[in-house]
This record gives sequence, C-alpha cells and structure tokens, in this order.
Amino acid sequence: MTDARTDAQPSAPSDPRLRIRDLDVHFATDGGDVHAVDGVSLEVAPGEILAIVGESGSGKSVTARSVLGLLPETAEASGAVIVSGTDLVGLSQAQLRALRGEDVSMIFQEPSSAMNPVFPIWWQIGEGLRAHRPRITRKQIRAEAVEALESVGIPDAAERIDRYPHEFSGGQKQRIMIAMALALGAELIVADEPTTALDVTVQAEILELLRDVRDRFGTAIIVITHNMGVVADLADSVAVMYRGEIIERAPSRELFADPQEAYTKKLLAAVPHLGRNSAWTALSTQQQIALEEAEPVVVAKDLVIEYPGRLGKPPFRAVNGVDFEIHAGEVYGLVGESGSGKTTIGRAIAGLERTTGGSLSVLGHEMNGMREKSFKPLRRRIGFVFQDPATSFNPHLTIEQCIAEPLVVHEPQLSQAARSQQVRSFLEAVELPGHYAGRFPHELSGGQRQRISLARALVLEPELLVADEPTSALDVSVQATVLDLFRELQERLHFAALFISHDLAVVDTLAHRIGVLFRGDLVEQGHGPDVLQRPQHEYTRKLIASLPVPDPVEQEKRREAFIAEWGRGAPG
Amino acid sequence: MTLSNPEPLGEDDSAATDLAAEAGTVTARRRTPWYLRLPIISHLRSSVGLQRGMLITGVVLVVVLLLSALLAPLIAPYGFAQTSVDGERFGTQQPPSAAHLLGTTVTGFDVLSRVIWGTRTAVAVMACAVAASLFLGVALGLLSGYVGGWLDRLLVMVADAVYAFPALLLAIVMSITISGGQSGAWSGILAAAISITVVFIPQYFRVIRAEVVRLKAEPFVEAAKVVGTGHRRIMGTHLLRNATRTLPLIFTLNASESILTLAALGFLGFGIEPTSAAEWGYDLNRAMADATSGIWWTGMFPGLAIALAVLGVTLVGESINDLNDPRLRTRRSRRGAKKKVAA
Repeated sequence: MTDARTDAQPSAPSDPRLRIRDLDVHFATDGGDVHAVDGVSLEVAPGEILAIVGESGSGKSVTARSVLGLLPETAEASGAVIVSGTDLVGLSQAQLRALRGEDVSMIFQEPSSAMNPVFPIWWQIGEGLRAHRPRITRKQIRAEAVEALESVGIPDAAERIDRYPHEFSGGQKQRIMIAMALALGAELIVADEPTTALDVTVQAEILELLRDVRDRFGTAIIVITHNMGVVADLADSVAVMYRGEIIERAPSRELFADPQEAYTKKLLAAVPHLGRNSAWTALSTQQQIALEEAEPVVVAKDLVIEYPGRLGKPPFRAVNGVDFEIHAGEVYGLVGESGSGKTTIGRAIAGLERTTGGSLSVLGHEMNGMREKSFKPLRRRIGFVFQDPATSFNPHLTIEQCIAEPLVVHEPQLSQAARSQQVRSFLEAVELPGHYAGRFPHELSGGQRQRISLARALVLEPELLVADEPTSALDVSVQATVLDLFRELQERLHFAALFISHDLAVVDTLAHRIGVLFRGDLVEQGHGPDVLQRPQHEYTRKLIASLPVPDPVEQEKRREAFIAEWGRGAPG
Repeated sequence: MTLSNPEPLGEDDSAATDLAAEAGTVTARRRTPWYLRLPIISHLRSSVGLQRGMLITGVVLVVVLLLSALLAPLIAPYGFAQTSVDGERFGTQQPPSAAHLLGTTVTGFDVLSRVIWGTRTAVAVMACAVAASLFLGVALGLLSGYVGGWLDRLLVMVADAVYAFPALLLAIVMSITISGGQSGAWSGILAAAISITVVFIPQYFRVIRAEVVRLKAEPFVEAAKVVGTGHRRIMGTHLLRNATRTLPLIFTLNASESILTLAALGFLGFGIEPTSAAEWGYDLNRAMADATSGIWWTGMFPGLAIALAVLGVTLVGESINDLNDPRLRTRRSRRGAKKKVAA
C-alpha cells in the first residue's frame, strides 16, 4: 500500500486513537481465497471524523469491522489494529469484549435490527453498562440511560426509557444507538453506513448529532459510507478504498477540491449534483411544448389506495387523493421519503396493487376495480424495472430466458431463433455483449443485472415504463452509467416513464416533471427547475435543504442556512 | 472485488479484464461434466474432513443396501421362505454354521437369506412411499401456496390434522383399511407404502407451501406478473424450480423414516406375510421370545440391518443438509489461506 499523501496531512498528534498497520484480511469462500483488505494502514486522531468511502466490495466495511474484532469465522486477519495502545488482532474473545464498548463502539446501518425488540430501551443501554460494571444497580442504569438519551436530544428521556424499540422511528433508534455508545464512554465510534437506511431529512439530523458528539466529547468517529454528500457534510478527512487498498487519504476539502487519483476523480464525477444538468432545461422549447401537448398516458384523479387494517383498526391510507398526469414520451419523477406512497403508486399503475378510490387511467384503461383478464392485453405496453437487481430475476433461468419471458407470453408465435435474435439486439441496446445471453443472473454484477432488467422491461417496446428506485441498490459510479443508459434509451424509444426515487439529484437528471409526495399527499409538482429551485411547499424546501451536496465548502453554507431556518436537528 | 459484485461497469479498463476473467469461470462451469453436477456427487466433491467421512459412510451403506436389493437372488444362499434344501429341513433355531452363516429362525428360515431378501421389501416400500408422497405433497403445496385463500386454509387444516395423529397409529389404520392387516408381497408393500405416504404428504406439503408463499412475494415473480405471465407458467417455471431446494433433504430423511415405519408395522403384525416377502420387522417380532433363551442371532441381524439402512440414508441426508448450507459447510481453502499468509 502506498499512502501517497501521508506527508500532506497535518502532523498528527503524538497519540492517535486508532492506528492500523498493514492490515490484511482474507476470506475463505467456495470460490477460493478472497483478499478483502490488502495492507491497509490508517491513523485516526482524537476528535477526528474519518470517512472511508469506496464501492461495495472495496473492503471498507471489513476494515472498519476489524477495528472491533467483528470479523466472521471464515476471515483471517494479520497486521496490527491498535486501539488506545492495545493490539486487537489475535486477542481472545474475552479480551475483545472488555475492549468493545469502553474503547470502541459501533453504530449499524439498520438500527431496528441492532436492538432487541422484547426489551425496553433502558435495558438495552444497561446491557452494555452491566458488561463493564457488573456491580451497577438498576437505579444507576436508569439514571445513566436518561442522561445518555438526553445527550442525543431525545425529549422526555425519563419517561421514554421504558418504551420498546418499535415505538421509536428509524432516526430516533439511530439516536439511541449513538446514546448507547456514549453511555459507555466510547472514545472511538465506528459508524457503518449510519444514515443509508434513513430519509434525507432524518439523515441531516443524525449527521448534525454525530458532529455535535464529536465537539462535546472529543470522540473520534469512523464513518463508512458510499454517499459523497455525507462525506462532504461530516468528515474532516477521507480515505478512498479501492479493491482492498487505500488509494488516497486527504483532508476532506482538499480531496473534493483536488482529487489526485484517477479513480477518485471518476468517483466524484459520477455523483449526481442537484441542479446541474436538469433534464427539463436540456430540452429545446419546441420539445418542451410537444411534451406538454402530448396525449396523457396515465391520468390519476383523486387517487386513493388503502391497505386493509387489522381487525377493528381503520385501513391504512398509503395514497391520499393524488392527481397527476404522465404524457406520452415524458419522464415523470416521483420523489418522497419511505412510506410516502411512491412505490404504491408505481405498483398500482402496473396492476400489482388495487386502488381503493378515485380514478387511475393507464393507457386508457380504468384501474379502479380492474380485472386481470381485461388488463392483460395492456400489460405488453407497460414495462417495469424493480429496485433490487439481485432478486428480480429467477435464478434458474439464463439471461436470454429472462429477457425473452415477455416475448414468450405475448408473442407465442415467434420462433425460437427470432426470439433469440431480439434478445441479442436488446442486449446490445443496453451495452452488454451478446454472449451474456447464456449466463445466469448471479454471474453478473448489480449494475449489469439492472441493465438486463431494463432490457426485459423494454423488449416489447412498451409505451410506459415504471422504474421503482432502479439505481438505489447500486454504487455511485455504476448508478451514473445506468442513468445515462436510461436517458439514452428514453430519447431513442420515446416511452413515457414513471421514475420513482428518494434521491432528488437523481430524479432531476432524468425527469421532465417532478412530483413530491409526503405521507400520501402530492404536495408539489412541476418541471424540474421549478420544483428544485423555486419550491413552494414547506416540505419540499426542507427536503432540498437537507440533501447534502458533494462539496464541503458549499455544504457548510447550506448547513448554516438549514440551521438558520429549521434550527439544530429537532428530533423527528 | 467480491464474488457477489465483481466489478462496476463504469471501469472501462478493468471491466475488460474482468470480462475475460469471468468468461474463464463461466466456461469452467460449463466444462464440468453433467455427472459431476449430480446432487450427491457434487456434494462429495465439495466436502472435506469429518463431513466427507460421514457422507462417504452414508453413501457406502446406501449403495450396499441398493445392491443387495438388486442382486438378492444371486447373493442370498436360499429363498426367503425356504425351510429345506433337497428335501432336508434346515432345523429351527440353529446357531450360525457353515451351512447357515447367521443361523436359522424359530420357523426354520435361514437368517442371512431373510436379511438379504428383506432389503428388497425395504427399498420397494421406500421408493413407492417417498415417490408418491413427493409428487402429491409438492403438487398440493404448490397449489395451496400460490392460490391461497380458502383452498390454502382447508389444505393446511387437513395437513395439521394428519400431523396431529400419531404417525404409526395412522399407518396401522391405513394398512388395515387397505389390506385387512395381512397380505401378499405387492399388495403388502403397496399397503405399507400408501400408509406411509399419507403420513409424509403433510411434510412435503408444508415445506413447499412455505417456500412458495415466500417466493410469491419475490420481485422476480412480480416481474413475471407485470409481464402478464399465466398462472400455470408462473407456478411451473418460476415457483416450482425455486421451491425444491430443500427436497433432497426431506427425501432422504423420509426414506429412513419409511424403513422404520415399515419395520414397526411388521413388528406389530400389520406387515407382510412371511411367505410372500422377507421383512425385518416381522423377523424381529418372531425373535422376541428367542432373546430370553440366549438365541441372539435371530434378532440381532434383522435389527442390525434396520439400523444400518436407516443410518446410511440419514447420514446422506444430514450431510447434504450441512453441505447445502454455507454456514455449516467446512472448507478446505482455510488451510490454503493460512499457508499463503505464512509464506
């Protein structure tokens, strides 16, 4: 490993919180030995926030987990991980347990699965305290739990410590996880994608809290993330990992302003930036008028979708009276947080969900009270791209069979050879070599699979495409190439599309019109620049303000503006 | 670079090398001959250490069982219902000798011959019972899981009711209703097989139904629905092929259980007439009185045959289960990795 810019760093204090020397981690798998981490050396000073960025499989999570000795049994680690003067590699489980919590603590991606659902919050905090101070009394635990919760900004802590994890929202659970780390007095917190599972507005609050924790307690924090906006917002310094090595380590501002390595430059260039190359402004005036006057493909009027409630409870209203239109050849971007009903709308258009009230007309067919038989002929005119490329293919079928499925169903008269021909031409359209046809889905990477997903959705040349978060499971650089492909195919084939995403920046680069959903209500809709630059609704403004931009200098200004308007992250 | 996510496509230069590397693994996969990809053989190849030992022991025992069933007329010195040779009687309860390697029973049968011929009955019942319950259970489970609604509720209720019954009691009742308790070779085998089938169907039904219910919500099934794929095609192509992963395990475990059930039926006197076919459970029953008078050979060898047959099939099933689960599978490559680090 060549730490190319060690000398460029500010001279580190004499005693770093964490020092990793030549860490090597191997995994034994069925496919042979995998070298996940290859000679990584790192130092984290007290009170420093270090972000480790890289694509999935670059070894960033493995590196961070080795700091807590949390590697699976199949892993072999060598080198040195020195936390507060103790080398962790080769320690026994008992010694590691003593170290965890007091010296190092971890915050996980999914706060709901990191807590035991059958115990109240105070018990969960006490679990760690009891492990390190066996003689602690119940009263003391409760007092410390209250104190810890108050320090992370949870109101009515004294009353809330008796509640159970499911009574808190995702953002609050993540606060509680941080409180647990603080209660034990951890000097180093490892946060593995701490905000990936959270909505943007909540993410902003958690990032603010982490920064606050560092300022108050001098805690060193390692943040693992693939979101460059989070890096720009939070980190003091950044380590870029690629194929198990740290290829670049620099202070945050320096890295964003002047990346040295080609890979880092590519990574930064791939991050979608809010307000740059908006899809609507890219169109000429004639094109804009043509789109405005085109026939609507989807018309929703006062659309209501409810899920039946449990016995005696009212049904849950996922979509609450929404009106919108998608014109032929137009890309409509639907943005909203989790639970806002955006996926439900997409599924209803594809006939996977039944509507409860109002009217939803898809390609001239009324979906309210629809019958599968009468809708089936229309299915060939609708394509659907799913969120998770890993599970949206039958693992037993080859790529060719997967793409040919719509042809088999809707054009059974087609000969095997003609079908094969068509599949190959669409493989080419999504920029994959023709010999991929004989492979199986698990042999492809996530980005390649999402291309196959596009090919399958488009093979019948539909008039309408529903894309449900097609890039949220992908790495940034892969996301960029898939989005480019999507845009190019849309320009060539002129299909109308409903593009569902939680990422405003992504939607802006693709969608001609944007609708913002908030708890089942469409609070705002309009053309890209109108919504993003002149947002009318309070929620849209907050959504845009909470989105971190991948530029530390600009992000700092945005953060100050955010605090001035909405105050320091009030717990959501 | 990991196995699940080989390489982002955005990397022009490395993507090319990666494609080449991937093409290599793909062709390697193809080059593996079909017979090496068969269930047990592929498991044998991927196993190491104790797991391999267990699997090999199981496979050897099963192979011996099948071979002796197939070649019984050639291996067995006498017929299963033979009590004399050339008009000369064997004599009853004779200890092992050169003429009768494992002695003779109280009725004057040759024990070795009875044990060898008994494998035929065991294998026949096993095959019939498991095959019948497999097809019926899988079909019902698939239908029940996919269609759902009242059909699902009804079938689950029936399956639960069958479960709640003591299996052996059910088998006895079935065997009495089918054949009146005692019968000839094939009718006896079928009676035993059908009664075992009834007990096993709920197991296949439940496993397949649970898998289908889970798979029904998977995006790839929804993708098929969005395309407009018909119900039959969804069930056949998308659900069935993905739901059958756990079948080899239940299959082998049920096979061993069917041997036990057959033996228990015979032991209790609901099996096959001794003159129609050799059956271990019946022999054990007849050997009960012998044990107290020091005649060990009449009971021990049929008992041993039951134990070894069940052990063999169970070992194969358990090993397949362990090897199918990546968390339970031990791997050879760990030692290789250690060496590499040390070097």
